[in-house]
Amino acid sequence: MSNRKKTIQYAFQKSIPIMTGYIVLGMGFGILLQKQGYGLLWAFLMSLCIYAGSMQYVTIDLLGSGASLVAAALMTLMVNIRHVFYGITMLTKYQKAGRKKPYLIFALTDETFSVVCDVDLPEGVEENAYYFWISLLDQIYWVLGSLLGSIIGSTLPFNSAGVEFSMTALFVVIFVEQWEKTKQHFPALCGVLLSLLSLFVFGADDFLIPAMIGITIALLIGKKWMEKGETKA
Amino acid sequence: MIYLGCMAGSTISQGHAAGIVAVAALVTMAIRFSPFVIFKKHTPAIVLYLGEVLPFAVMGMLVVYCLKGVTPLSGNHGIPELAAVLLTVGLHKWKHNTLLSILGGTICYMVLIQCVF
Repeated sequence: MSNRKKTIQYAFQKSIPIMTGYIVLGMGFGILLQKQGYGLLWAFLMSLCIYAGSMQYVTIDLLGSGASLVAAALMTLMVNIRHVFYGITMLTKYQKAGRKKPYLIFALTDETFSVVCDVDLPEGVEENAYYFWISLLDQIYWVLGSLLGSIIGSTLPFNSAGVEFSMTALFVVIFVEQWEKTKQHFPALCGVLLSLLSLFVFGADDFLIPAMIGITIALLIGKKWMEKGETKA
Repeated sequence: MIYLGCMAGSTISQGHAAGIVAVAALVTMAIRFSPFVIFKKHTPAIVLYLGEVLPFAVMGMLVVYCLKGVTPLSGNHGIPELAAVLLTVGLHKWKHNTLLSILGGTICYMVLIQCVF
């Protein structure tokens, strides 16, 4: 078997767990987008160009509420800023990827990162090609899922009222996973409590930006305090 | 019928919608490329710190964002939302299967608002 074939086969193997997740989550996205009034072409373009799971769910809401472009930019910044961290982690690994590098960086989603950040490649598998195929396969699953969802969404044979809860459920699940990953719950509590406070003060339509500013300030102030806590422990 | 573009239900102009999608795409790209452009040699501690803690805070914020329409004092008092969130958390604590938790919570919510409330 040639090295090229071996690399693609290995990448496919490694991408299987992401396939199910991306197809189902992509379908959820396509269905919701369809419900909001945006069809197949929009689903395709968004999954092709934005390609960030939670942000695409949020974008459906931005479209529905007619958010301003500034609000959309701030929201994207807050939701996706964690990707800076992934980039920093992959700096050296992606440095020598040549002409594949721009696509590798563009396609570095949470799920792809979770696979490429920790590699132990078998004999004959070419590193950069492996990164490329994983990234490409994952995006193909995501795009396919969104298209499927968009098609199903327009022909739903059952009452779909309440299907939008899948977005809430996704965020709740990630929240629980993150909560279990760390003992330091100050950031998570900051996020929930300051958002609730802002919601109470500014109302449902205007609470997001004050909440983001409040959270960032609280985290910066909390930095010293958390570091002290760590040295004590 | 399968819709390709915008349908009558959409509330904003196609141009505005395209603008929002373009902004989301461009800002996401800018975020993903920035470390490779800016921090080739040195990453400021404050950026590393925010990259580490913001994800936790943002997910909490997004949960609140999803539930911002809940009215505890009127309507169904947010009972379907509360029940579905609790079920999602419970399922996830139990099995740690993302798809199961999301499907369980969503189906519970759909049943509650369609059949009970």
